[in-house]
Amino acid sequence: MNARLADRLFAFGAKGAAVLTLSLLAGILLSLLFGAWPAIEKFGWHFFTSTVWDPVQNNYGGLVMIYGTLATSVIALLIAVPVSFGIALFLTELSPAWLKRPLGTAVELLAAIPSIVYGMWGLLAFGPVLATYVQQPLQKALAGVPYLDALVSGPPVGIGIFSAGVILAIMVIPFIASVMRDVFEVTPPLLKESAYGLGSTTWEVVSKVVLPYTKTGVMGGVMLGLGRALGETMAVTFVIGNMNQLSSPSVFEAANSITSALANEFAEAGEGLHQASLIYLGLVLFAITTTVLAISKILLAQLKKREGKTS
Amino acid sequence: MSFALTNNAQYQRRKWVNRFALTLALSAMAFGLFWLLWILWDIVRMGVQGLSVAVFTQMTPAPNDVGGLANAIYGSGLMVLLATLVGTPIGVMAGIYLAEYGQKTWLGSVTRFVNDILLSAPSIVIGLFVYTLVVVRFKSFSAIAGVLALALIVIPVVIRTTENMLMLVPNALREAAFALGTPRWKVILSVTLKAARAGVVTGVLLAVARISGETAPLLFTALSNQFWSSDITQPMASLPVTIFKFAMSPYENWQQLAWAGVFIITLFVLTLNILARWITRTK
Repeated sequence: MNARLADRLFAFGAKGAAVLTLSLLAGILLSLLFGAWPAIEKFGWHFFTSTVWDPVQNNYGGLVMIYGTLATSVIALLIAVPVSFGIALFLTELSPAWLKRPLGTAVELLAAIPSIVYGMWGLLAFGPVLATYVQQPLQKALAGVPYLDALVSGPPVGIGIFSAGVILAIMVIPFIASVMRDVFEVTPPLLKESAYGLGSTTWEVVSKVVLPYTKTGVMGGVMLGLGRALGETMAVTFVIGNMNQLSSPSVFEAANSITSALANEFAEAGEGLHQASLIYLGLVLFAITTTVLAISKILLAQLKKREGKTS
Repeated sequence: MSFALTNNAQYQRRKWVNRFALTLALSAMAFGLFWLLWILWDIVRMGVQGLSVAVFTQMTPAPNDVGGLANAIYGSGLMVLLATLVGTPIGVMAGIYLAEYGQKTWLGSVTRFVNDILLSAPSIVIGLFVYTLVVVRFKSFSAIAGVLALALIVIPVVIRTTENMLMLVPNALREAAFALGTPRWKVILSVTLKAARAGVVTGVLLAVARISGETAPLLFTALSNQFWSSDITQPMASLPVTIFKFAMSPYENWQQLAWAGVFIITLFVLTLNILARWITRTK
């Protein structure tokens, strides 16, 4: 009797914890919706096309921040995906055995370093170097060239969308690389050895055997990296410059992202439309990252199913 | 025949493509290591310069004044400890549910999916959630709100590792215990969970490492505090938020303290991660 009661209590506790986790997501969604409601009611879809962000006139649009978030993440992925692929390729196929473990561990440890470290380093150490050795030569080289010079204009201080993208890339490289390495190692040695036995080169084995076999995992790693880049706060806030402008197409001009707007303005924003608009931005961010993650999971499930059928 | 084959143009091209691709892979590795070594070098160089006894004994100073990070380190330690104490039991229990009770149930698969989403939810959104839930209600920023925000980050990490570790426990162990007439809760607590102990501890350590560097969820929950405070209903300083404030400032002494803080956090997080690895390895 007593044991049965304990059993029931324990099962109830476990189930309760699971339900609590479930309700957390619902709670986050509801509270964001509720908090953002005044702004949703006032601006509606217009919020996504307006670049005005004016606390004095109480008029808000989120296009600048949404663009900043997407642009920095795209730059980050453009740099991080090829590099991570190369690192994973090196670790699984090229590296001598004695180097594999220390290098792999180093990559994993670096994925654990808090993002504020990357952000602060980006502002105080990387920004000035970028300005002197990349931005100024580029501006000199492209001066007078139509369109291209506008793309690199701006005060040479090493702050803006490009810096933020690079810092994000450095931050997600260890993350994507370690996922890719893990999935590459899943490939059965038999498959690889058969290909080698037929005379394939290492690159042919990787591109025609390992990649097709692991494409689900590779996609998953990239999507997880994207989700991380989109939702990252500190690494971006330090170096993006926090300016609400979209008038210049330059990647070296100070801009803003959803997360950095929240980090800089939220605590000081008075209750009312300003705060509601910021929460609206948070809701948009949550919707984007959740969609990215859900797509990646559905994609993975589908690819897995197809693979199971053909093999 | 074989001579003709090795001189074949196509074979030569394949060899060159291969060499080209592998060189790119090598340079990718070098590229990655280059950044990481540069960052670590700067952290150690600037961090050691900023370190002194005062960092651990004095309060955060005014601009251009002497001081340390004592209140921020204390606040971070307290909030991380409380958040771990709140988050771990919930995470472990939910992990037990997923692995032992609801493995194939509807609730189980939905919870697993939701947990994956929470695991990679932007931490600043967690901060917003706690703000609307706690700060608005009590009309004040407080350490309690900060603790809750951090606990919400601990839970999914612990759930994931607990579930994974419990799934690794062979079913024969469970069956043997059941055959002796042991009630289910006792089987789980003293057989399966015990067998998975090292893994669960690792998960908790990794969660602690993750929240000790989290800045975004504390910005508008715990806020910050210039003074020593143990009152968890009041704003409390934390190391990451203080670093954020100091690093963005133009004051030399604040920036130096920020480097010292970054050095302390990085060292702490890396130590925890190495410890976590060491525990699972000796198991």
